[in-house]
Amino acid sequence: MVEHGVIETKDLVKTYGKFIAVDKLNLRVDEGEVFGFLGPNGAGKTTTILMLLGLTEPTSGKARICDFDPTREPLKVKRITGYLPEKVGFYEDLTARENLDYTAALNGLSREIASRKIDELLDMVGLSEMAKHKVGTFSHGMKQRLGIADVMIKDPKVAFFDEPTAGIDPEGIEQVLALISNMAKQKVTIVLSSHQLQQVQKICTRVGILSKGHLVAEGSVNQLGRETIGGGKFRVEVQVSEPTSKLVKSIKSIKGVTNVKSSGDMLLISCDKDLRPQIARTIVDSDCLLVQMKIEEYGLDDIYMKYFREQ
Amino acid sequence: MSGLMAVFWKELADHFNSKRFIILSILIYLASIFTIYVAAQNIRSGITETTQFIFLRFFTISGENQLFTFLFFLSFFIPIVGIALGFDAVNSERASGNLSRLLSQPLYRDSVINGKFLAGLITLAILVTSIVLLVAGMGLRVIGVPPNGEEILRLVAFIIVSIIYGAFWMSLSVLFSVLFNRIATAALASIALWIFLFLFVPIIAQVVAGANGEIAGAISRISPGVLYGEVTQVLLIPSHPTMFMISMYYTGLEPNPLPLSQSLLIAWPQLTSLIGLTALCFAISYIKFMREEIRST
Repeated sequence: MVEHGVIETKDLVKTYGKFIAVDKLNLRVDEGEVFGFLGPNGAGKTTTILMLLGLTEPTSGKARICDFDPTREPLKVKRITGYLPEKVGFYEDLTARENLDYTAALNGLSREIASRKIDELLDMVGLSEMAKHKVGTFSHGMKQRLGIADVMIKDPKVAFFDEPTAGIDPEGIEQVLALISNMAKQKVTIVLSSHQLQQVQKICTRVGILSKGHLVAEGSVNQLGRETIGGGKFRVEVQVSEPTSKLVKSIKSIKGVTNVKSSGDMLLISCDKDLRPQIARTIVDSDCLLVQMKIEEYGLDDIYMKYFREQ
Repeated sequence: MSGLMAVFWKELADHFNSKRFIILSILIYLASIFTIYVAAQNIRSGITETTQFIFLRFFTISGENQLFTFLFFLSFFIPIVGIALGFDAVNSERASGNLSRLLSQPLYRDSVINGKFLAGLITLAILVTSIVLLVAGMGLRVIGVPPNGEEILRLVAFIIVSIIYGAFWMSLSVLFSVLFNRIATAALASIALWIFLFLFVPIIAQVVAGANGEIAGAISRISPGVLYGEVTQVLLIPSHPTMFMISMYYTGLEPNPLPLSQSLLIAWPQLTSLIGLTALCFAISYIKFMREEIRST
């Protein structure tokens, strides 16, 4: 399990007729990661997830989950994976509890274990009081939380969430994200697909950007930002009172600084690594007053927009 | 196996809790009681001293209008029950977003459709058996003649045939539920086909074949309702001059009743056709469902 990722794909391809939904996807997700799967609608996110779950057969290429082949050994894969589909549905005429009971029965859990577990999970997702209400009366956010409980029943090693935050209110989004990152703490590997970037950014350890079936970029959010926008550099923004050319010169001479641009009282410094302490000292030493300094963080929005503007 | 049983028990509970099923059951019970009432009014006039199988007469007798026998009601309502049990079996799962969640659980895909079919079959069996027993019980009270051994055997055979007939309509509507994504389309298609087979095929047969009774019979046997009618007539009216005998042997004679084994032999082609049609519909829906891809929407 160490040398192989929990999820691995090799040249995974899926075509529907002439339409190529997923094109030679190579992906690797390791244990305990929260992997954000990003891309516009129709980029092939859901199709990839369905192939990993063994619900759809790949046209060619390989997919492995914990060293199982989802096409050949679907049951083994389904036993260790949880899936929350985009438009999650429950049996509306059954109560929250009955819905979870059914999932537990399908997973072959005994009644006592299932009952105890369902109590715990309903409590965890904050639906204990709604346990005996029919799911038909639930809001979208509540259904999503019930969906998370539903995924957790079988103690999955890998959990797939397809657009878990779509169409719910901000408070609901917070709750859902908190629950998902809580799962990650329990060593569950998580794959999260979304196009709502800020939310994904909060909880993902790594993201992959998918466009027209291709994985166009992959890495942690900050790493991606540096590579795509900063040209691989850290960028530090400094505001000083009355910057002098001498100051600019001495900052330039710090080892690792590659470029300094000044405009008014702002200095924009590009450097190979985070040099904020050194820059601060230089400024103080030069008798200028440091007003503020911040390192530029790359939002997923910027990265994302960059990729899709280029096309 | 646990997956199949989980689906089975859940579907069974769903059927018995659904308003649709409860309403239909009440309707059918009421219709049965009505036919029994009519039969009780007329049974004395229909019986002569030589009449045998009095108990079975109860199921096939009616007032002056020969239409409203218990048998007719059953052949009318069983398709509706069958359709009601199956028309949303698969497409409702898809429409409600349950299907992909369900299929991502560790169970074989055929467990889903098998479990659903089995649950429908058991529901149907319980309904049909309870109605026939209800009618038999009331008949016992009204005429006070207990059924003899052969009559009981014939009733059991009748119940089984009725369940098979219902199973045909259920598997047909399950097939539509796999083929059509919209629940309303599947329901309408099932009902349209039922009306066509039940009402129009016999008429078309008459028109096409003209005076030739044999050809008309052959064409009308496209309709499963006709098959069912023929089998049950042979079973419940042992002395009935059946379709094969009218012209050949029994012209104007009161025929002697046939033993059960001979009745079954006469009904055998119709019976196997019914079973075959049921199996065919189920097989197509099974294959279609197994091959269907879950797609992102």
